[in-house]
Amino acid sequence: MIADKFSNINFGRVLIYSILIFFALIYLAPLYVMFSTSLKDIEEIRSGNLLALPTDPTLYAWTKAWSSACTGSECKGLAPFFWNSVRIVFPAVIISTIIGAFNGYVLSKWKFKGSELLFGALLFGCFIPFQVILLPMAILLSKLGLSNTVSGLVLVHVIYGVAFTTLFFRNYYVGISTELVRAARLDGAGFFDIFRHIFLPISTPIFVVTIIWQFTQIWNDFLFGVVYSGAGTQPITVALNNLVNTSVGGKEYNVDMAAAIIAALPTLIVYVFAGKYFVRGLTAGAVKG
Amino acid sequence: MLNYLEKHLPKIVIAPTTLAMIVCMYGFILWTGLLSFTKSRMMPQWEYVGIDQYIRLFENPRWHVALDNLVVFIVLFIAISLAIGLLLAIFLDQRIRNEGVIRTIYLYPMAISFIVTGTAWKWILNPGLGIEKMFRDMGFLEFEFRWLVEQDMAIYTIVIAAVWQSSGFVMAMFLAGLRGVDDNLVKAAKIDGASTFRSYWHVILPIMRPVFFSAIVILTHIAIKSFDLVQALTGGGPGYASDLPANFMYTFAFNRAQMGLGAASAMIMLFGVLAVLIPYLYSELRERET
Repeated sequence: MIADKFSNINFGRVLIYSILIFFALIYLAPLYVMFSTSLKDIEEIRSGNLLALPTDPTLYAWTKAWSSACTGSECKGLAPFFWNSVRIVFPAVIISTIIGAFNGYVLSKWKFKGSELLFGALLFGCFIPFQVILLPMAILLSKLGLSNTVSGLVLVHVIYGVAFTTLFFRNYYVGISTELVRAARLDGAGFFDIFRHIFLPISTPIFVVTIIWQFTQIWNDFLFGVVYSGAGTQPITVALNNLVNTSVGGKEYNVDMAAAIIAALPTLIVYVFAGKYFVRGLTAGAVKG
Repeated sequence: MLNYLEKHLPKIVIAPTTLAMIVCMYGFILWTGLLSFTKSRMMPQWEYVGIDQYIRLFENPRWHVALDNLVVFIVLFIAISLAIGLLLAIFLDQRIRNEGVIRTIYLYPMAISFIVTGTAWKWILNPGLGIEKMFRDMGFLEFEFRWLVEQDMAIYTIVIAAVWQSSGFVMAMFLAGLRGVDDNLVKAAKIDGASTFRSYWHVILPIMRPVFFSAIVILTHIAIKSFDLVQALTGGGPGYASDLPANFMYTFAFNRAQMGLGAASAMIMLFGVLAVLIPYLYSELRERET
Protein backbone atom coordinates (compact mmCIF):
# COMPACT_ATOMS: atom_id res chain seq x y z
CA MET A 1 0.00 0.00 0.00
CA ILE A 2 2.86 2.30 0.82
CA ALA A 3 4.47 1.47 -2.49
CA ASP A 4 1.20 2.23 -4.19
CA LYS A 5 0.97 5.68 -2.68
CA PHE A 6 4.60 6.35 -3.50
CA SER A 7 4.18 5.61 -7.18
CA ASN A 8 1.05 7.74 -7.18
CA ILE A 9 2.90 10.78 -5.91
CA ASN A 10 5.65 10.16 -8.36
CA PHE A 11 3.26 9.97 -11.24
CA GLY A 12 1.77 13.32 -10.29
CA ARG A 13 5.20 14.91 -10.02
CA VAL A 14 6.30 13.44 -13.34
CA LEU A 15 3.17 14.78 -15.00
CA ILE A 16 3.73 18.26 -13.58
CA TYR A 17 7.37 18.32 -14.63
CA SER A 18 6.54 17.00 -18.10
CA ILE A 19 3.95 19.69 -18.69
CA LEU A 20 6.25 22.41 -17.39
CA ILE A 21 9.11 21.22 -19.58
CA PHE A 22 6.83 20.81 -22.58
CA PHE A 23 5.77 24.43 -22.29
CA ALA A 24 9.35 25.54 -21.75
CA LEU A 25 10.22 23.90 -25.08
CA ILE A 26 7.27 25.61 -26.79
CA TYR A 27 8.39 29.00 -25.52
CA LEU A 28 11.98 28.34 -26.56
CA ALA A 29 11.14 26.89 -29.99
CA PRO A 30 10.76 30.17 -31.90
CA LEU A 31 14.06 31.46 -30.53
CA TYR A 32 15.76 28.21 -31.50
CA VAL A 33 14.19 28.27 -34.96
CA MET A 34 15.28 31.88 -35.49
CA PHE A 35 18.80 31.14 -34.40
CA SER A 36 19.29 27.95 -36.38
CA THR A 37 17.67 29.45 -39.49
CA SER A 38 19.98 32.46 -39.26
CA LEU A 39 23.00 30.15 -39.48
CA LYS A 40 21.84 28.20 -42.52
CA ASP A 41 22.34 29.11 -46.17
CA ILE A 42 19.30 29.52 -48.37
CA GLU A 43 19.87 26.16 -50.08
CA GLU A 44 19.70 24.34 -46.76
CA ILE A 45 16.59 26.28 -45.73
CA ARG A 46 14.78 25.12 -48.85
CA SER A 47 15.82 21.49 -48.56
CA GLY A 48 15.90 20.96 -44.81
CA ASN A 49 13.25 21.68 -42.20
CA LEU A 50 12.48 24.12 -39.45
CA LEU A 51 13.86 22.18 -36.51
CA ALA A 52 16.98 20.75 -38.16
CA LEU A 53 20.31 22.01 -36.89
CA PRO A 54 22.42 23.82 -39.48
CA THR A 55 24.79 21.29 -41.05
CA ASP A 56 27.28 23.87 -42.22
CA PRO A 57 26.78 27.00 -40.06
CA THR A 58 27.60 30.28 -41.77
CA LEU A 59 27.57 33.90 -40.59
CA TYR A 60 26.61 35.12 -44.06
CA ALA A 61 23.07 36.06 -42.97
CA TRP A 62 24.33 37.93 -39.91
CA THR A 63 26.81 40.09 -41.80
CA LYS A 64 24.26 40.78 -44.50
CA ALA A 65 21.51 41.67 -41.99
CA TRP A 66 23.86 44.00 -40.15
CA SER A 67 25.53 45.79 -43.02
CA SER A 68 24.05 45.24 -46.47
CA ALA A 69 20.46 43.98 -46.44
CA CYS A 70 17.87 46.20 -48.11
CA THR A 71 15.34 48.00 -45.93
CA GLY A 72 13.31 49.59 -48.67
CA SER A 73 15.23 51.54 -51.25
CA GLU A 74 18.44 51.61 -49.20
CA CYS A 75 20.72 48.63 -48.71
CA LYS A 76 22.85 49.41 -45.71
CA GLY A 77 21.63 46.68 -43.39
CA LEU A 78 20.25 47.28 -39.92
CA ALA A 79 23.35 48.97 -38.50
CA PRO A 80 22.33 52.61 -39.07
CA PHE A 81 18.86 51.94 -37.64
CA PHE A 82 20.30 50.15 -34.65
CA TRP A 83 22.20 53.34 -33.84
CA ASN A 84 19.07 55.41 -34.48
CA SER A 85 17.32 53.38 -31.82
CA VAL A 86 20.24 53.87 -29.45
CA ARG A 87 20.10 57.62 -30.05
CA ILE A 88 16.36 57.64 -29.37
CA VAL A 89 16.35 55.31 -26.38
CA PHE A 90 19.08 56.79 -24.21
CA PRO A 91 17.88 60.38 -23.91
CA ALA A 92 14.21 59.32 -23.78
CA VAL A 93 14.83 56.85 -20.96
CA ILE A 94 16.99 59.19 -18.92
CA ILE A 95 14.73 62.23 -19.25
CA SER A 96 11.47 60.37 -18.62
CA THR A 97 12.93 58.58 -15.60
CA ILE A 98 14.20 61.77 -13.98
CA ILE A 99 10.91 63.56 -14.55
CA GLY A 100 9.06 60.53 -13.20
CA ALA A 101 11.20 60.50 -10.05
CA PHE A 102 10.41 64.13 -9.22
CA ASN A 103 6.73 63.75 -10.12
CA GLY A 104 6.45 60.66 -7.94
CA TYR A 105 8.18 62.49 -5.10
CA VAL A 106 5.75 65.41 -5.33
CA LEU A 107 2.65 63.26 -5.73
CA SER A 108 3.48 61.10 -2.74
CA LYS A 109 5.14 63.45 -0.25
CA TRP A 110 4.27 67.02 -1.25
CA LYS A 111 0.60 66.61 -1.90
CA PHE A 112 -1.33 69.78 -2.57
CA LYS A 113 -4.96 70.50 -3.27
CA GLY A 114 -5.83 68.67 -6.44
CA SER A 115 -2.69 66.52 -6.57
CA GLU A 116 -4.68 63.30 -6.24
CA LEU A 117 -6.87 64.37 -9.12
CA LEU A 118 -3.75 65.21 -11.11
CA PHE A 119 -2.33 61.76 -10.45
CA GLY A 120 -5.57 60.10 -11.51
CA ALA A 121 -5.69 62.17 -14.68
CA LEU A 122 -2.08 61.28 -15.45
CA LEU A 123 -2.67 57.59 -14.80
CA PHE A 124 -5.25 57.62 -17.54
CA GLY A 125 -2.30 58.18 -19.90
CA CYS A 126 -1.20 54.61 -19.24
CA PHE A 127 -4.41 53.35 -20.76
CA ILE A 128 -5.30 55.48 -23.77
CA PRO A 129 -4.93 53.86 -27.16
CA PHE A 130 -2.25 56.01 -28.74
CA GLN A 131 -4.18 56.10 -32.03
CA VAL A 132 -6.24 58.85 -30.44
CA ILE A 133 -3.25 61.22 -30.20
CA LEU A 134 -1.34 60.23 -33.35
CA LEU A 135 -2.75 62.86 -35.70
CA PRO A 136 -2.51 65.98 -33.52
CA MET A 137 0.98 64.93 -32.36
CA ALA A 138 2.10 64.70 -35.99
CA ILE A 139 0.91 68.27 -36.52
CA LEU A 140 2.55 69.53 -33.32
CA LEU A 141 5.86 67.91 -34.34
CA SER A 142 5.75 69.54 -37.76
CA LYS A 143 4.94 72.92 -36.16
CA LEU A 144 7.98 72.49 -33.93
CA GLY A 145 10.09 71.50 -36.93
CA LEU A 146 10.68 68.07 -35.42
CA SER A 147 8.98 65.89 -38.02
CA ASN A 148 11.10 62.90 -39.01
CA THR A 149 13.78 63.67 -36.46
CA VAL A 150 15.35 61.70 -33.64
CA SER A 151 14.63 64.59 -31.26
CA GLY A 152 10.96 64.46 -32.21
CA LEU A 153 10.77 60.77 -31.33
CA VAL A 154 12.59 61.41 -28.05
CA LEU A 155 10.03 64.07 -27.21
CA VAL A 156 7.08 61.80 -27.99
CA HIS A 157 8.51 58.94 -25.93
CA VAL A 158 9.18 61.25 -23.00
CA ILE A 159 5.67 62.73 -23.04
CA TYR A 160 3.86 59.41 -23.18
CA GLY A 161 6.36 57.58 -20.96
CA VAL A 162 6.08 59.99 -18.05
CA ALA A 163 2.69 58.57 -17.01
CA PHE A 164 4.40 55.22 -16.34
CA THR A 165 7.56 56.52 -14.72
CA THR A 166 5.50 58.76 -12.43
CA LEU A 167 3.32 55.83 -11.45
CA PHE A 168 6.34 53.68 -10.61
CA PHE A 169 8.04 56.29 -8.44
CA ARG A 170 4.85 57.49 -6.80
CA ASN A 171 3.91 53.96 -5.72
CA TYR A 172 7.42 53.36 -4.42
CA TYR A 173 7.66 56.60 -2.46
CA VAL A 174 4.18 56.24 -0.97
CA GLY A 175 5.63 53.47 1.18
CA ILE A 176 8.22 55.77 2.75
CA SER A 177 7.30 57.31 6.09
CA THR A 178 5.87 60.81 5.81
CA GLU A 179 7.04 61.45 9.40
CA LEU A 180 10.60 61.39 8.12
CA VAL A 181 9.81 64.14 5.63
CA ARG A 182 8.00 66.17 8.27
CA ALA A 183 10.93 65.91 10.68
CA ALA A 184 13.38 66.96 7.99
CA ARG A 185 11.23 69.97 7.14
CA LEU A 186 11.16 71.05 10.76
CA ASP A 187 14.94 70.90 10.69
CA GLY A 188 14.80 73.38 7.85
CA ALA A 189 15.54 71.00 4.98
CA GLY A 190 14.05 72.08 1.67
CA PHE A 191 12.36 70.26 -1.16
CA PHE A 192 15.52 69.27 -3.00
CA ASP A 193 17.56 68.58 0.18
CA ILE A 194 15.05 66.02 1.33
CA PHE A 195 14.96 64.42 -2.09
CA ARG A 196 18.73 64.21 -2.29
CA HIS A 197 19.47 63.06 1.24
CA ILE A 198 16.48 60.89 2.10
CA PHE A 199 14.88 59.69 -1.12
CA LEU A 200 17.70 59.38 -3.60
CA PRO A 201 19.84 57.00 -1.48
CA ILE A 202 17.02 54.46 -1.22
CA SER A 203 15.79 54.78 -4.79
CA THR A 204 18.20 52.47 -6.61
CA PRO A 205 15.73 49.57 -7.03
CA ILE A 206 12.96 51.75 -8.41
CA PHE A 207 15.38 53.50 -10.75
CA VAL A 208 16.48 50.13 -12.08
CA VAL A 209 12.89 48.94 -12.54
CA THR A 210 11.87 52.15 -14.29
CA ILE A 211 14.92 52.35 -16.53
CA ILE A 212 14.50 48.73 -17.64
CA TRP A 213 10.80 49.23 -18.24
CA GLN A 214 11.31 52.37 -20.29
CA PHE A 215 14.24 50.88 -22.17
CA THR A 216 12.17 47.86 -23.20
CA GLN A 217 9.12 49.92 -24.12
CA ILE A 218 10.99 52.45 -26.21
CA TRP A 219 13.37 50.01 -27.88
CA ASN A 220 10.42 47.83 -28.87
CA ASP A 221 8.17 50.67 -29.99
CA PHE A 222 6.91 50.46 -33.53
CA LEU A 223 3.83 52.72 -33.66
CA PHE A 224 5.54 56.04 -32.89
CA GLY A 225 8.55 54.95 -34.92
CA VAL A 226 6.60 54.21 -38.05
CA VAL A 227 4.45 57.35 -37.82
CA TYR A 228 6.99 59.97 -36.77
CA SER A 229 10.27 58.92 -38.39
CA GLY A 230 11.64 59.59 -41.84
CA ALA A 231 13.98 57.68 -44.13
CA GLY A 232 17.14 58.38 -42.16
CA THR A 233 15.75 58.35 -38.63
CA GLN A 234 13.78 55.12 -38.45
CA PRO A 235 14.23 53.01 -35.33
CA ILE A 236 15.25 49.38 -35.66
CA THR A 237 11.75 47.92 -35.34
CA VAL A 238 10.59 49.88 -38.38
CA ALA A 239 13.73 48.93 -40.31
CA LEU A 240 13.27 45.26 -39.44
CA ASN A 241 9.70 45.35 -40.71
CA ASN A 242 10.88 47.03 -43.92
CA LEU A 243 13.70 44.53 -44.33
CA VAL A 244 11.33 41.58 -44.02
CA ASN A 245 8.90 43.13 -46.51
CA THR A 246 11.55 44.07 -49.06
CA SER A 247 12.39 41.24 -51.35
CA VAL A 248 15.00 42.14 -53.88
CA GLY A 249 16.01 39.01 -55.72
CA GLY A 250 14.28 36.31 -53.68
CA LYS A 251 13.36 35.93 -50.07
CA GLU A 252 16.23 35.30 -47.69
CA TYR A 253 14.69 33.88 -44.55
CA ASN A 254 18.08 33.45 -42.91
CA VAL A 255 18.72 37.20 -43.24
CA ASP A 256 15.24 37.96 -41.84
CA MET A 257 15.94 35.79 -38.82
CA ALA A 258 19.39 37.24 -38.18
CA ALA A 259 17.87 40.72 -38.42
CA ALA A 260 15.08 39.81 -36.00
CA ILE A 261 17.60 38.53 -33.45
CA ILE A 262 19.71 41.67 -33.82
CA ALA A 263 16.61 43.78 -33.14
CA ALA A 264 15.69 41.67 -30.11
CA LEU A 265 19.17 41.31 -28.65
CA PRO A 266 19.45 44.46 -26.51
CA THR A 267 16.21 43.87 -24.61
CA LEU A 268 16.91 40.14 -24.35
CA ILE A 269 20.31 40.80 -22.82
CA VAL A 270 18.78 43.22 -20.33
CA TYR A 271 16.15 40.62 -19.51
CA VAL A 272 18.67 37.85 -18.93
CA PHE A 273 20.84 39.97 -16.64
CA ALA A 274 18.15 41.95 -14.85
CA GLY A 275 15.09 39.76 -15.30
CA LYS A 276 14.12 40.12 -11.66
CA TYR A 277 13.64 43.86 -12.07
CA PHE A 278 11.91 43.45 -15.39
CA VAL A 279 9.29 41.20 -13.81
CA ARG A 280 8.87 43.61 -10.95
CA GLY A 281 8.19 46.43 -13.39
CA LEU A 282 5.66 44.31 -15.22
CA THR A 283 3.72 43.22 -12.19
CA ALA A 284 4.11 46.23 -9.92
CA GLY A 285 3.06 48.77 -12.49
CA ALA A 286 0.86 46.14 -14.06
CA VAL A 287 -1.23 48.59 -15.96
CA LYS A 288 0.21 48.17 -19.39
CA GLY A 289 1.32 45.35 -21.61
CA MET B 1 9.72 86.15 -3.32
CA LEU B 2 12.10 83.35 -2.48
CA ASN B 3 9.70 82.16 0.17
CA TYR B 4 6.88 82.11 -2.31
CA LEU B 5 9.03 80.08 -4.67
CA GLU B 6 9.96 77.64 -1.95
CA LYS B 7 6.35 77.20 -0.95
CA HIS B 8 5.19 76.46 -4.46
CA LEU B 9 8.20 74.41 -5.51
CA PRO B 10 6.30 71.10 -5.66
CA LYS B 11 3.73 72.62 -8.00
CA ILE B 12 6.45 74.21 -10.11
CA VAL B 13 8.29 70.88 -10.41
CA ILE B 14 5.20 69.08 -11.61
CA ALA B 15 3.98 71.93 -13.83
CA PRO B 16 5.70 70.80 -17.06
CA THR B 17 4.14 67.36 -16.75
CA THR B 18 0.76 68.88 -16.01
CA LEU B 19 1.03 71.11 -19.02
CA ALA B 20 2.16 68.26 -21.29
CA MET B 21 -0.68 66.13 -19.97
CA ILE B 22 -3.34 68.76 -20.55
CA VAL B 23 -2.11 69.53 -24.06
CA CYS B 24 -0.82 66.21 -25.36
CA MET B 25 -3.34 63.90 -23.74
CA TYR B 26 -6.64 65.60 -23.06
CA GLY B 27 -6.19 68.40 -25.58
CA PHE B 28 -5.19 65.96 -28.29
CA ILE B 29 -8.08 63.64 -27.50
CA LEU B 30 -10.44 66.59 -27.79
CA TRP B 31 -8.74 67.63 -31.03
CA THR B 32 -9.11 64.15 -32.49
CA GLY B 33 -12.72 64.10 -31.33
CA LEU B 34 -13.44 67.40 -33.09
CA LEU B 35 -11.57 66.26 -36.19
CA SER B 36 -13.82 63.21 -36.39
CA PHE B 37 -16.77 65.55 -37.00
CA THR B 38 -15.07 67.27 -39.95
CA LYS B 39 -14.51 66.31 -43.56
CA SER B 40 -10.71 66.42 -43.21
CA ARG B 41 -8.77 64.31 -45.66
CA MET B 42 -5.12 65.17 -46.39
CA MET B 43 -5.02 68.10 -43.98
CA PRO B 44 -7.30 69.12 -41.12
CA GLN B 45 -10.23 71.07 -42.49
CA TRP B 46 -12.52 72.59 -39.94
CA GLU B 47 -15.72 72.19 -41.82
CA TYR B 48 -18.13 70.27 -39.63
CA VAL B 49 -20.20 67.51 -41.14
CA GLY B 50 -21.84 66.06 -38.03
CA ILE B 51 -21.52 62.34 -37.61
CA ASP B 52 -20.92 61.69 -41.31
CA GLN B 53 -17.50 60.16 -40.67
CA TYR B 54 -18.96 57.73 -38.15
CA ILE B 55 -21.66 56.75 -40.63
CA ARG B 56 -19.03 56.23 -43.32
CA LEU B 57 -16.97 54.25 -40.82
CA PHE B 58 -19.75 51.85 -40.00
CA GLU B 59 -20.69 51.52 -43.65
CA ASN B 60 -17.13 50.48 -44.46
CA PRO B 61 -16.87 46.68 -44.77
CA ARG B 62 -13.19 46.86 -43.84
CA TRP B 63 -14.05 48.40 -40.48
CA HIS B 64 -16.49 45.59 -39.78
CA VAL B 65 -13.83 43.01 -40.59
CA ALA B 66 -11.49 44.81 -38.19
CA LEU B 67 -14.13 44.87 -35.43
CA ASP B 68 -15.05 41.22 -35.93
CA ASN B 69 -11.38 40.32 -35.86
CA LEU B 70 -10.94 42.27 -32.65
CA VAL B 71 -13.74 40.31 -30.99
CA VAL B 72 -12.31 36.96 -32.13
CA PHE B 73 -8.83 38.07 -31.13
CA ILE B 74 -9.79 39.44 -27.70
CA VAL B 75 -11.90 36.44 -26.72
CA LEU B 76 -9.41 33.79 -27.81
CA PHE B 77 -6.28 35.68 -26.80
CA ILE B 78 -7.60 36.34 -23.30
CA ALA B 79 -9.18 32.92 -22.73
CA ILE B 80 -6.12 30.98 -23.89
CA SER B 81 -3.61 33.25 -22.15
CA LEU B 82 -5.55 33.00 -18.87
CA ALA B 83 -5.85 29.22 -19.14
CA ILE B 84 -2.18 28.66 -19.94
CA GLY B 85 -1.00 31.30 -17.49
CA LEU B 86 -3.07 29.87 -14.63
CA LEU B 87 -2.11 26.28 -15.38
CA LEU B 88 1.60 27.08 -15.47
CA ALA B 89 1.39 29.24 -12.35
CA ILE B 90 -0.33 26.49 -10.35
CA PHE B 91 2.17 23.88 -11.52
CA LEU B 92 5.11 26.17 -10.86
CA ASP B 93 3.79 26.75 -7.35
CA GLN B 94 4.34 23.07 -6.41
CA ARG B 95 7.90 23.53 -5.11
CA ILE B 96 9.48 22.93 -8.47
CA ARG B 97 13.21 22.49 -8.79
CA ASN B 98 14.82 25.14 -10.99
CA GLU B 99 11.68 27.22 -10.79
CA GLY B 100 13.69 30.37 -11.54
CA VAL B 101 15.04 28.98 -14.81
CA ILE B 102 11.65 27.79 -15.99
CA ARG B 103 10.03 31.09 -15.07
CA THR B 104 12.69 32.97 -16.99
CA ILE B 105 12.00 30.85 -20.07
CA TYR B 106 8.24 31.44 -19.87
CA LEU B 107 8.61 35.16 -19.57
CA TYR B 108 11.35 36.06 -22.04
CA PRO B 109 8.99 36.61 -25.02
CA MET B 110 7.57 39.58 -23.10
CA ALA B 111 10.95 41.31 -23.40
CA ILE B 112 11.01 41.29 -27.20
CA SER B 113 8.99 43.46 -29.53
CA PHE B 114 5.85 42.39 -31.35
CA ILE B 115 7.70 43.11 -34.59
CA VAL B 116 10.31 40.47 -33.78
CA THR B 117 7.61 38.04 -32.62
CA GLY B 118 5.68 38.65 -35.83
CA THR B 119 8.77 38.14 -37.98
CA ALA B 120 9.63 34.88 -36.22
CA TRP B 121 6.13 33.44 -36.44
CA LYS B 122 5.78 34.54 -40.04
CA TRP B 123 8.68 32.25 -40.81
CA ILE B 124 7.51 29.39 -38.58
CA LEU B 125 4.02 29.48 -40.10
CA ASN B 126 5.35 29.92 -43.65
CA PRO B 127 3.03 27.83 -45.83
CA GLY B 128 5.78 26.31 -47.97
CA LEU B 129 8.76 25.96 -45.67
CA GLY B 130 7.53 26.22 -42.11
CA ILE B 131 5.56 23.87 -39.88
CA GLU B 132 3.81 22.37 -42.88
CA LYS B 133 7.08 21.18 -44.40
CA MET B 134 8.28 19.93 -41.02
CA PHE B 135 5.30 17.61 -40.68
CA ARG B 136 5.54 16.48 -44.30
CA ASP B 137 9.19 15.63 -43.78
CA MET B 138 8.11 13.60 -40.78
CA GLY B 139 5.94 11.49 -43.09
CA PHE B 140 2.56 13.21 -42.90
CA LEU B 141 2.49 13.87 -46.62
CA GLU B 142 -1.03 15.29 -46.69
CA PHE B 143 -0.43 17.64 -43.78
CA GLU B 144 -1.64 21.16 -44.49
CA PHE B 145 -1.14 24.26 -42.42
CA ARG B 146 -1.46 27.49 -44.32
CA TRP B 147 -3.48 29.72 -41.99
CA LEU B 148 -1.17 32.61 -42.75
CA VAL B 149 -2.51 32.92 -46.30
CA GLU B 150 -6.11 31.86 -45.69
CA GLN B 151 -8.75 34.58 -45.48
CA ASP B 152 -10.71 32.96 -42.67
CA MET B 153 -7.76 31.69 -40.66
CA ALA B 154 -5.16 34.49 -40.76
CA ILE B 155 -6.52 36.14 -37.60
CA TYR B 156 -5.85 32.93 -35.67
CA THR B 157 -2.14 33.15 -36.46
CA ILE B 158 -2.21 36.52 -34.67
CA VAL B 159 -3.82 34.79 -31.70
CA ILE B 160 -1.10 32.11 -31.65
CA ALA B 161 1.76 34.60 -31.72
CA ALA B 162 0.13 36.93 -29.18
CA VAL B 163 -0.55 34.07 -26.76
CA TRP B 164 3.04 32.89 -27.13
CA GLN B 165 4.26 36.35 -26.25
CA SER B 166 1.91 37.25 -23.39
CA SER B 167 0.91 34.05 -21.59
CA GLY B 168 4.16 34.00 -19.60
CA PHE B 169 3.27 37.41 -18.28
CA VAL B 170 -0.14 36.15 -17.14
CA MET B 171 1.69 33.25 -15.48
CA ALA B 172 3.85 35.74 -13.56
CA MET B 173 0.80 37.65 -12.38
CA PHE B 174 -0.96 34.50 -11.19
CA LEU B 175 2.19 33.19 -9.54
CA ALA B 176 2.58 36.45 -7.63
CA GLY B 177 -1.09 36.12 -6.64
CA LEU B 178 -0.69 32.51 -5.50
CA ARG B 179 2.35 33.41 -3.42
CA GLY B 180 0.20 36.00 -1.68
CA VAL B 181 -2.43 33.45 -0.63
CA ASP B 182 -2.20 32.51 3.02
CA ASP B 183 -0.68 29.01 3.30
CA ASN B 184 -2.90 28.23 6.26
CA LEU B 185 -5.98 28.48 4.11
CA VAL B 186 -4.65 25.80 1.82
CA LYS B 187 -3.66 23.65 4.77
CA ALA B 188 -7.08 24.06 6.33
CA ALA B 189 -8.72 23.00 3.10
CA LYS B 190 -6.43 19.96 2.92
CA ILE B 191 -7.26 18.97 6.50
CA ASP B 192 -10.93 19.20 5.62
CA GLY B 193 -10.12 16.51 3.12
CA ALA B 194 -10.26 18.56 -0.05
CA SER B 195 -8.12 17.27 -2.90
CA THR B 196 -5.46 19.56 -4.37
CA PHE B 197 -7.71 20.23 -7.33
CA ARG B 198 -10.72 21.05 -5.15
CA SER B 199 -8.75 23.27 -2.80
CA TYR B 200 -7.58 25.30 -5.79
CA TRP B 201 -11.03 25.45 -7.29
CA HIS B 202 -13.00 26.33 -4.18
CA VAL B 203 -10.52 28.07 -1.94
CA ILE B 204 -7.65 29.63 -3.84
CA LEU B 205 -9.13 30.77 -7.15
CA PRO B 206 -11.94 32.81 -5.55
CA ILE B 207 -9.33 34.70 -3.51
CA MET B 208 -7.47 35.44 -6.73
CA ARG B 209 -10.43 37.18 -8.33
CA PRO B 210 -8.66 40.56 -8.38
CA VAL B 211 -5.72 38.99 -10.24
CA PHE B 212 -8.09 37.60 -12.88
CA PHE B 213 -9.62 41.00 -13.14
CA SER B 214 -6.39 42.91 -13.66
CA ALA B 215 -5.08 40.26 -16.05
CA ILE B 216 -8.21 40.61 -18.18
CA VAL B 217 -7.98 44.39 -18.20
CA ILE B 218 -4.31 44.34 -19.19
CA LEU B 219 -4.83 41.73 -21.91
CA THR B 220 -7.83 43.62 -23.32
CA HIS B 221 -5.71 46.71 -23.37
CA ILE B 222 -2.89 44.91 -25.22
CA ALA B 223 -5.43 43.51 -27.66
CA ILE B 224 -7.09 46.84 -28.47
CA LYS B 225 -3.72 48.46 -29.02
CA SER B 226 -2.04 45.62 -30.90
CA PHE B 227 -0.93 46.97 -34.17
CA ASP B 228 2.69 45.95 -34.47
CA LEU B 229 1.99 42.24 -34.41
CA VAL B 230 -0.54 42.39 -37.24
CA GLN B 231 1.75 44.66 -39.22
CA ALA B 232 4.69 42.26 -38.90
CA LEU B 233 2.92 38.91 -39.10
CA THR B 234 0.25 39.29 -41.78
CA GLY B 235 0.42 42.94 -42.80
CA GLY B 236 -3.34 42.82 -42.25
CA GLY B 237 -3.65 40.33 -45.10
CA PRO B 238 -4.54 38.40 -47.06
CA GLY B 239 -6.24 41.51 -48.43
CA TYR B 240 -7.49 43.09 -45.22
CA ALA B 241 -8.73 39.85 -43.69
CA SER B 242 -6.64 40.12 -40.50
CA ASP B 243 -6.87 43.88 -39.91
CA LEU B 244 -7.52 45.09 -36.38
CA PRO B 245 -9.00 48.54 -35.62
CA ALA B 246 -5.52 49.94 -34.88
CA ASN B 247 -4.36 48.90 -38.35
CA PHE B 248 -7.49 50.32 -39.91
CA MET B 249 -6.84 53.63 -38.20
CA TYR B 250 -3.22 53.74 -39.35
CA THR B 251 -4.05 52.83 -42.93
CA PHE B 252 -6.81 55.37 -43.34
CA ALA B 253 -5.27 58.24 -41.38
CA PHE B 254 -1.74 58.00 -42.75
CA ASN B 255 -1.70 56.02 -45.99
CA ARG B 256 -5.02 56.94 -47.53
CA ALA B 257 -5.29 60.56 -46.42
CA GLN B 258 -8.64 60.05 -44.73
CA MET B 259 -7.97 61.98 -41.54
CA GLY B 260 -11.60 62.43 -40.51
CA LEU B 261 -12.34 58.76 -40.91
CA GLY B 262 -9.13 57.78 -39.12
CA ALA B 263 -10.02 60.12 -36.25
CA ALA B 264 -13.49 58.60 -35.99
CA SER B 265 -12.03 55.10 -35.78
CA ALA B 266 -9.55 56.24 -33.12
CA MET B 267 -12.40 57.67 -31.04
CA ILE B 268 -14.27 54.36 -31.24
CA MET B 269 -11.11 52.63 -30.01
CA LEU B 270 -10.90 55.05 -27.09
CA PHE B 271 -14.51 54.33 -26.16
CA GLY B 272 -13.74 50.63 -26.34
CA VAL B 273 -10.92 51.01 -23.85
CA LEU B 274 -13.08 53.17 -21.58
CA ALA B 275 -15.88 50.61 -21.67
CA VAL B 276 -13.49 48.07 -20.13
CA LEU B 277 -11.62 50.46 -17.90
CA ILE B 278 -14.41 52.36 -16.18
CA PRO B 279 -16.19 49.33 -14.67
CA TYR B 280 -12.78 48.06 -13.57
CA LEU B 281 -11.77 51.28 -11.84
CA TYR B 282 -15.24 51.58 -10.35
CA SER B 283 -15.07 48.14 -8.78
CA GLU B 284 -11.50 48.78 -7.59
CA LEU B 285 -12.58 51.96 -5.85
CA ARG B 286 -15.62 50.33 -4.30
CA GLU B 287 -13.49 47.50 -3.00
CA ARG B 288 -11.12 49.94 -1.38
CA GLU B 289 -13.98 51.72 0.36
CA THR B 290 -15.49 48.59 1.87
